[in-house]
Amino acid sequence: MGEQCSPWFQVVEWVVVMWRDALLIARRDLTIELRSKVGIWQILPFGLMALFLFAFALGPQTELLRTAAPGLFWLAVLFSSILAAQRSLNIEGSAATREANRLLGLDPAGVFLGKAAAMAVELLVLEVVLLVGVMLLFHVTIASWLFVVPALVLPGLGLSAAGVLYGSLAGGASTRSTLLPILVLPVEAPVLIAASKSLSRGFGAVTPDAGRWLVVLAIFAVVYSVLGVALYGPLEES
Amino acid sequence: MGSAIRLRSAVALQGRFPVLSGVDLDLDQGRVMVVLGANGAGKTSLLRFLAGLVPIASGRGEVLGADLATSASDVRRRVGLLGHDAGLHDELTPLENLAFALRASRLDPGRALPALDRVGLSGRSVTTTVGQLSAGQRRRVGIALLVARRPQLWLLDEPHASLDEVTRSLVAEVVEEAASGGAAVVASSHEPDLAVPMADVVATMGGGAVLAVVPGGRVGGGHVA
Repeated sequence: MGEQCSPWFQVVEWVVVMWRDALLIARRDLTIELRSKVGIWQILPFGLMALFLFAFALGPQTELLRTAAPGLFWLAVLFSSILAAQRSLNIEGSAATREANRLLGLDPAGVFLGKAAAMAVELLVLEVVLLVGVMLLFHVTIASWLFVVPALVLPGLGLSAAGVLYGSLAGGASTRSTLLPILVLPVEAPVLIAASKSLSRGFGAVTPDAGRWLVVLAIFAVVYSVLGVALYGPLEES
Repeated sequence: MGSAIRLRSAVALQGRFPVLSGVDLDLDQGRVMVVLGANGAGKTSLLRFLAGLVPIASGRGEVLGADLATSASDVRRRVGLLGHDAGLHDELTPLENLAFALRASRLDPGRALPALDRVGLSGRSVTTTVGQLSAGQRRRVGIALLVARRPQLWLLDEPHASLDEVTRSLVAEVVEEAASGGAAVVASSHEPDLAVPMADVVATMGGGAVLAVVPGGRVGGGHVA
């Protein structure tokens, strides 16, 4: 009995339950997304349209397009991620659905991780499609997959964690659709800078400290994941 | 029989407004209570309070032996609440909704299909997304969720509203089955003709307080607090 009630046993048990619930929520959210097709028919076209508009605004100057490509790629992803965060919030449905889910006894940290994981998957798909778009429209080629892959994955994780956390913060407000971008965009500015620098290196630009920018992205993802695990439950309670 | 609900001068606030203003209430396991009252009397607030969704501001409240002030999350896992909106995911089928809820509650998802069958849903209505079902069918799915989860306390907010004759009978049947199986049931209603016959006790609410508690019409008698 002493062994079973030890703090370590309780921590291990909590971690197992948290990841089990995270998997359950991620599977549910992705199933709903695949059925609703909001990602395919609304978020993805929005990101592509933003890229097109950026390209039109800059005109046919190849060198300028190449230089601006990483930053504009991430601006398109950032704006699309706001829509994805809104959508993730809407999946929880009405107030009644949120209350019904609270009665199921799901671990709030697991719910946060599951929603963030599902949103990260959606963002990664979006990033891959937009990457093809940016290569075609902005005349860039991939010089180093070693930088491109982490420069896509790490911001995707960070934007998802921050998006779900701030989505929960804005969730109770009647003005949540307008409140969420105001909350999220300022805190995601470091991701925009770091991800643009890292992707520049991936596109072959001489970018000193590109590795350090990747570390910034990793720190952002870890910090917001930990904050989400700690705060999602209290935010939902309130 | 153990106590399912024990409230003493329980007060709950929504903002600064007291939605419950000093409620005294007792209900044992295996008993059915119907709560009557006009709109705004506090019936829905009482159900959400008993579910651990509205915090207690003052007084004392115990549900299924757990203190609502300190163990609301324990209470939530053990109660089932059927509101006006069944709280389902429109993009999932009834079967998927129930399987998700059962897995989330650490219960066997194999209970889903028999529960849906119990409420008269089978065939295509089980595999069609909930968004395509009628209001009555959605209500049935909500009832099936309670049947599958088998909570120790059933909280039903106007369970007869907007239902046809067959589904109203079904509500009475599943409530009787739940009470016979040892669960306590609290149902709010605007339809005394339908609700009182299934109740052991009938509470009348007004202004966020319980004004009167009298025996109901359920065979087996009533336990008046």
